[in-house]
Amino acid sequence: MRHIISILIENEAGALSRVSGLFSARGYNIETLTVAPTEDASLSRMTIVTTGSEEVLEQITKQLNKLVDVVKVVDLSEAAHIERELMLIKVRATGKDREEMKRMADIFRGRIIDVTDSTYVVELTGSSSKLDSFISAIDTGLILETVRTGVSGIGRGDRILKV
Amino acid sequence: MKMTGAEIVIRCLQEEKVEVMFGYPGGSVLHIYDELFKQDQIKHILVRHEQAAVHAADGYARSSDKVGVALVTSGPGATNAVTGIATAYMDSIPIVVLSGQVPTPAIGLDAFQEVDTVGITRPCVKHNFLVKDVRELADTMKKAFHIARTGRPGPVVVDIPKDITAHTCEFEYPQTVQMRSYNPVVKGHLGQIKKAVQLLSTAKRPIIYVGGGAVLSDASDKVRKLAHHLGFPVTNTLMGLGAFSGTDPQNLGMLGMHGTVEANMAMHYADVILAIGARFDDRVVGNPENFAEEPRKVIHIDIDPSSISKRVKVDVPIVGNVPDVLEEMLKLLEGSKPDAAQTAAWWKRIEEWRAKQCLNFKQGDDLIMPQYVVQKLYEITKGEAIVCSDVGQHQMWAAQYYPFAEPRRWLNSGGLGTMGVGLPYAMGAQFANPDATVAVVTGEGSIQMCIQELSTAKQFRLPLKIISLNNRYLGMVRQWQEMFYESRYSGSYMDSLPDFVKLAEAYGHVGIRVEKPEDVEPALRKAFIDHKDELVFIDFQTNREANVFPMVAAGKGLTDMILAEDL
Repeated sequence: MRHIISILIENEAGALSRVSGLFSARGYNIETLTVAPTEDASLSRMTIVTTGSEEVLEQITKQLNKLVDVVKVVDLSEAAHIERELMLIKVRATGKDREEMKRMADIFRGRIIDVTDSTYVVELTGSSSKLDSFISAIDTGLILETVRTGVSGIGRGDRILKV
Repeated sequence: MKMTGAEIVIRCLQEEKVEVMFGYPGGSVLHIYDELFKQDQIKHILVRHEQAAVHAADGYARSSDKVGVALVTSGPGATNAVTGIATAYMDSIPIVVLSGQVPTPAIGLDAFQEVDTVGITRPCVKHNFLVKDVRELADTMKKAFHIARTGRPGPVVVDIPKDITAHTCEFEYPQTVQMRSYNPVVKGHLGQIKKAVQLLSTAKRPIIYVGGGAVLSDASDKVRKLAHHLGFPVTNTLMGLGAFSGTDPQNLGMLGMHGTVEANMAMHYADVILAIGARFDDRVVGNPENFAEEPRKVIHIDIDPSSISKRVKVDVPIVGNVPDVLEEMLKLLEGSKPDAAQTAAWWKRIEEWRAKQCLNFKQGDDLIMPQYVVQKLYEITKGEAIVCSDVGQHQMWAAQYYPFAEPRRWLNSGGLGTMGVGLPYAMGAQFANPDATVAVVTGEGSIQMCIQELSTAKQFRLPLKIISLNNRYLGMVRQWQEMFYESRYSGSYMDSLPDFVKLAEAYGHVGIRVEKPEDVEPALRKAFIDHKDELVFIDFQTNREANVFPMVAAGKGLTDMILAEDL
C-alpha cells in the first residue's frame, strides 16, 4: 500500500540524513521525499511517499517518532488529503509535434514556460498519477528531460499538522 | 565570568555529578585534558584503547544507575569508539561520549585526524550533536545527559571541534531541559493497565517474561512483588538476569536459544504472556512464525513504542516506564489474590519440564567442564559477585550456571554480541562499585580482543578476577560448525596462544593455570581470598568439546530444542 507520511522535524543540520538513514538502515522504501522549512523557520516539513504493509507502516511511524529531532508524524493517506507534485518536462517540439505538444499541455492544464525553435518546457502540477499519465500520453521519443519534485501533501479541512 | 569551551565541558560534567570518566587524549581534546588536569572532582581513567573507554563507561552505567562518560579524540579516537557506542545502543545503556573534532574552519577539508563522527555514529546512537558555537555548548551537554538517561536510555555523542573548546562565553548550566520534539511517556495508560490486570486474572497458563528494561529502570522490587502476588512463573531474558531472582522457586531460568526447557516450553504454550521491558528478539522467541502458531494473549510493557508489535503481535500494549506501570498494576491488584487452583495444572506441567534437569552435566576426573568452573565461581563468591562476561559459550554458561539474585550484577553484550567487552566492563563496574567483588568470565578468544586493558587495571589497582575458560577454540563458532557444518572447523582453532600466566605476570598481575578438575576450587579460593586485592588471571584449560545446551537452532521454534542427552 502506498502511504504519504508528513513529518515536522527540527530544522537542524543533519535532520534529513537522520530520516533518510533510518529508512535505508531498516529497509523501508522511499518513493519520493521532499523537504523545506515551514512558516516557522525552526521547523522543517518533510513529505515521504512510501509503500509497505500495515505492520511496516506502524514501525515506520514509531521509528520516526523515536528520532529525537522529530516533532510530529502523520500518515496523510489515512484520511482525506490533497497531494501535489510539480514536474518540469522538456520536450522536442518541431513540425507537427509542436502543435500536438501544445494541445496535450492544454489538456493536462500544463503551462509552457520556455520556448525555443525546437523545444518546449512544460510545467505540470497534480497528483503523481496525473504526471505519470502525461508522460504516457505523449510520444516518449520526444521527451528530452524530466524533473519532478516528489509529492507534497496536506490534510483536508480541519486536519492540521502543526506544533 | 567568561569561560573557555574546555572549562565549560568540565563544569558541565561536574554539574552532572560525574565522578569518573574513561578516556584517551589526542590533539583535538588537548584543551579539555588541560582543564581536567586543573581539577580533582572528576577522576579520569586512562585506558589503552578508545573502544575500552566506551565499554568501561558502559559497564559503569550498567552496574550503577548513573550515566557513563567517555572522552576520545577526533578521527581514529572516534572510530575506535564506534564499537563501544553500538554495543551500548543495542542494550539501551545511558552513556555520553565526548569526541574531539578538528577546528570548525577545517571541517570538510580532509584535515589531519578528521572524520565525520556525527555521520558515522548516527545509526548507532540515541542522538548526537556537533557543537558549532561555544554558546550552545552548555545547553547541548545538558540535553545529552537528559536524552541519555530518560525514556529508553541510550548513548549520546557530543562532537566538539577544537576551536570551540578555546572560544569563550558566559557559563550558566541550565537547570531544566525543554525539547518540543522529545518528551518520553512515563505513566502507562490506565485503561490498558486495567485490561492487562483483567487478562492476568483469567490466565490459566501465564508466564511473566522479564527483560533488560526491568533492570535499566530499576524495577526489580516491583517485578518481585507482582510475581509473588500473582504466583505466576517467571523467565528472564539474557539481559534481564537478576531483575527477578535466579534463586526464586518461581523462576524458570533464562529463555531463548540457550534457555531452559521449562522456560522455553512455558513461553511457547502460555495462554497469557506478560512481557516486561523485553522485546521478543530473535534469540528469545526463535522463529516468529513458529511462535505465532499457538493462540495466546500478549501484554507488553515497554517505554519504547517501537518495541511493541515489532516481531510478535501484542494484544495489550502499555507504553510507559516499567516501575510506574507495575506500581499501577499492583494498586489494581490489591486485595484480590488470584486463585492458585486456576494455574495448578500449568505448574504441574512446568514441574514435568523442570524434571528433565536440562542443565545437568557430568564432571569426570580428567577434563575440566566449563559449567563446573562457573558453579564453583558461584559458590566461592556466594552468588554476590558482579559478573562481566564476554561473548560466546562462556557467556551462556555464566548465564545458565550463575543465578543472579540481584539486578546490575550481570554485565554482558546481549544485543550486539561484542567480544572483548568483559574486561573493560569489569573496570567500569569496579569504579562504580569499589567494594564489590568483580569477576570476568571470558574465553581465550574474547579476552584477547581487549587484553591491553590489563595495563589500565594495573595502573588503577583494580582487583578484578579473570576466569578464562580456555578451550583453544572459538567455542561457539566451533559448536555451530560441529552441529551444522559437519565439524569443518574453519577458522575456529586458535594456535600459538600466549602463555596467559606469563602474560598476566608481564602486566604485573597474578596468573594461575588450572588443568585438573580437583584444582578448580583451590585456584578460585586462592584468587578470591589469598589474592583478594590483586588482579588474578586464571587460565582454566577446559574440555575442548564441551557444548552449550539446551540449544534452539537459528530459525527454529522455541520447542525445537537440542538437549545434551540427545547426543
